[in-house]
Amino acid sequence: MGSPVQGAVGPATGQSSASTDNAAPTRRGTELLLLGFAAFVVSAALMLVEANQEQQLTLRIVWYGLAFLALFGVAHAAVRKYAPYADPLILPCVALLNGLGLVMIYRIDLAMTERALRAGREINNDVPKQILWTTVALALFLVVLIVVKDHRTLTKYGYTFGLVGLVLLALPALLPGFLAPTINGAKIWLKVGPFSLQPGEFAKILLMVFFAGFLVSKRDLFMAAGKRVLGIDLPRARDLGPILFAWGVSVGVLVFQKDLGTSLLFFGTILVMLYVATERVVWVVVGLALFVGGCVIAFNLFTHVQQRVANWIDPLATYYDVGGGYQIAQALFGLGTGGVGGTGLGAGRPELVPLANSDFITAAIGEELGFIGLAALLMIYTVLALRGMRSALAVRDTFGKLLGGGLSFLLVMQVFVVVGGVTKLIPETGITAPFLSYGGSSLLANYVLVALLLRISDAARRPQTSSRPRPVPQAPIAEAHTVMVERPT
Amino acid sequence: MNTPLRRVGLAMLGMIVLLLANATYIQIIKADDYRKDSRNQRVLLEEYSRERGKILARVGNQVQILATVSPTNDRLRYLRQYNNGPMYAPVTGYYSVRYGANGLERTEDEILNGSDDRLFVRRLSDLITGRDPRGGNIELTVNPAAQQAAYQAMEKAGYAGSVVALNPKTGEILAMVSTPSYDPNPLSAHDGSAQEKAWSANNADKRKPMLNRAISETYAPGSTFKLVVAAAALEDGKSKDDLVTSADKITVGGSELRNYNRGFCAGQPNGVTMETALSLSCNTAFAQLAHDMGADKLGKQAAKFGIGEDSLTVPMTVVQSCIGPRANCLTIADNAALYQSGIGQRDVRLSPMQNAEIVASIANGGERMRPQLVKSVLAPDLSEISRFDEDSLGRVMSRGSADQLRDMMIQSEAKTGGDGKRDGLTVASKTGTAETGNDPKNTPPFAWYVAFAPADDPKVAVAVVVESQDVAATGGKLSAAIGRATINAVLGGGG
Repeated sequence: MGSPVQGAVGPATGQSSASTDNAAPTRRGTELLLLGFAAFVVSAALMLVEANQEQQLTLRIVWYGLAFLALFGVAHAAVRKYAPYADPLILPCVALLNGLGLVMIYRIDLAMTERALRAGREINNDVPKQILWTTVALALFLVVLIVVKDHRTLTKYGYTFGLVGLVLLALPALLPGFLAPTINGAKIWLKVGPFSLQPGEFAKILLMVFFAGFLVSKRDLFMAAGKRVLGIDLPRARDLGPILFAWGVSVGVLVFQKDLGTSLLFFGTILVMLYVATERVVWVVVGLALFVGGCVIAFNLFTHVQQRVANWIDPLATYYDVGGGYQIAQALFGLGTGGVGGTGLGAGRPELVPLANSDFITAAIGEELGFIGLAALLMIYTVLALRGMRSALAVRDTFGKLLGGGLSFLLVMQVFVVVGGVTKLIPETGITAPFLSYGGSSLLANYVLVALLLRISDAARRPQTSSRPRPVPQAPIAEAHTVMVERPT
Repeated sequence: MNTPLRRVGLAMLGMIVLLLANATYIQIIKADDYRKDSRNQRVLLEEYSRERGKILARVGNQVQILATVSPTNDRLRYLRQYNNGPMYAPVTGYYSVRYGANGLERTEDEILNGSDDRLFVRRLSDLITGRDPRGGNIELTVNPAAQQAAYQAMEKAGYAGSVVALNPKTGEILAMVSTPSYDPNPLSAHDGSAQEKAWSANNADKRKPMLNRAISETYAPGSTFKLVVAAAALEDGKSKDDLVTSADKITVGGSELRNYNRGFCAGQPNGVTMETALSLSCNTAFAQLAHDMGADKLGKQAAKFGIGEDSLTVPMTVVQSCIGPRANCLTIADNAALYQSGIGQRDVRLSPMQNAEIVASIANGGERMRPQLVKSVLAPDLSEISRFDEDSLGRVMSRGSADQLRDMMIQSEAKTGGDGKRDGLTVASKTGTAETGNDPKNTPPFAWYVAFAPADDPKVAVAVVVESQDVAATGGKLSAAIGRATINAVLGGGG
């Protein structure tokens, strides 16, 4: 837009550019200020780790902090240019989560390095790779933001996305072992040279775009009631297609790839989208029935599912079993040792939990930052998801609502499944915490998710100029506490 | 479409609330259970990474540090180090991440790691001032000169065995040596493979270097047990000048029990005084004495000396010493056993600590003092937190009996050969050579020497046992020199 993009060094420089348009404020200054705050928090966290791990405290940390700020400054500049009305809280939340994740991965690297040194093993640090992935992910974020100028254009490619998504999801299961190795019991990886990717992460989002478009176009069909039984309007049998399709895909993922987490996430999110599109609770009931059925079948068919359930019921009892509750028990020991206030960043022993920097990174945070830190982390996710939800409520088109709602729910669902699994609320399923965990695919996919959310929120807050100009300049829609966009009757 | 979206938003909040509630349960309500689970290494690692207190010994103003820590760069932060490791290993024990702790490192762990309640105020101030909590220090009763003299004498001769020296008036343990010994340093290393290597090497060694012979092993006491028999007889109304048998042999259930010289005691066929019998260690006299008194009186006297106790701690637990089979510790089975027990054979088994307690009680006029190894507990800043209290375990015999026994032992010392005798120093002692194994004549005996000095004002009581390599060895030759070296080291001054 009009004002030149400011250098992304000082947090205070972005304030003046907010009021170039006469309509709603863009709030970009707020975003930059919050990004600066996130950079400060991340630098402080890094400093604590360095102090507690007795590394040298040097000015380097300031440079890291500035580099971090510069990286997200670029993202901020892109938002400023390509989505000026986007929600100002989303990007800072993401930056904070990503930054804390990097600090935690670095902190576990330190512990693992020490362990490797003592055992005379090769040192394998993850944080440089994760920084690289973050950069790549932010680049992808820019691409999505620039290419997708209006989220509604995505509906045009709905079926293409759906097809590509299905292929991506199925690919690891179909390819031979040297291209798609089985890692940690799940066959969900693609190996391309030195890189490995989880195509399922991207497939999730592509399929969501497809479903959102499909449901919006066929919405009226699903609203039509079938037979009425016991006071409930049952859907017509032929309308069950989409949900059965989603169920089939989920079961396929479970059977062929042994990936409980993705299966659960995918099915749950599609179910919610179906409910939002049709406004009928009966879909939830049907979906839950299918889910329970799927669970029973999976439990009876697969020993690894039975093992997961046994580990969930009492990880201490299966502690010594192969594939038993050792990992969850270690996570619980860490969380218990952390207690309310935590051991302090860098002062705990999170590396005792296997996979501490990916699936179990929230256990590491719960150990070192305690219940307070874990709760704060959950609050960041909540703010992020609710801002997405708010944008979905505010946006004017049904596709945007459906996609925005679905993406926001996906975010919380991921958090629920991963934190719930780590804290023994639900059986552990092995997925990563969005933005926090080590892992490129998850990071890339979640940045695409955030780019789409920003796009939708931009559409939600952007003053309408083209079609049907409103005569009275009412309070901007995004300023309203809850948004009152009613369909004309 | 907004109504279902809002409901989904509420559901999202509900999921987060569920997570928070569960985290509350795990991290606040159940936190202690998880923290204290024995499989949770975190607490252990935390303890191992604390600055552990020192173990030290002091004579006058000279402080010897036996165990200390040095800072390291790894996650355990402090490496436990022992000065003169093998010499003090039976006292300090080891402190191993993989194999746990032993010796004082185990019994005094709470003080050394700083979690003892007596250190609470200091822990609190450490918390406020932001210092890492440190452990308290342990000062030992051990006299470094005595420990060194005893250990080096044993090592130099290549003996396997033990030396225990006590202050008879207080019960302070002045020396506690077990040879062959081991170095606790590699066991306490942070390198897991070094720990493992040392551990398996020590355990594979047939000479059992990690066995603390002073308190964890029992030996047949042989003739040193005649002191217990004599004490029982004196308490039973006899005196050192009363005549006892001088027979050259006693036939017990088909086998013969003879004197060491194979003849009459002191060449006298018509009886000798108890004093002479003890000084010449005549077997028939004490076998007969034990038999005449009966198992009951002998057992009671033994119990007064502490034999049969299984809960004595110094603070490490001392193994139970017995005069009967282990299951029936203070019971002597039959007449034959009674004769043989009178000369410290058959089922009689004493730990070196127990035998040292016996002579210490005699030296202390018949009053038995609790043997103790810890002189004081010091805060990290070396201020004293608690101090050694001498503790009487009761009277084992009258002062008169003790004095008579002392005189008998002075006569015995006069008849004992070996190096290390010192002019102007009166020592009261008794030697013993205990037969071992099923083929005693061809199995190396245990050579004992128990003594105290100076006889008129005892400052040290000592028990030495050597698992002899020499079939013909007797207590006097092997052990007396080591016992005297220890005594001389305690009393100090020139030879």
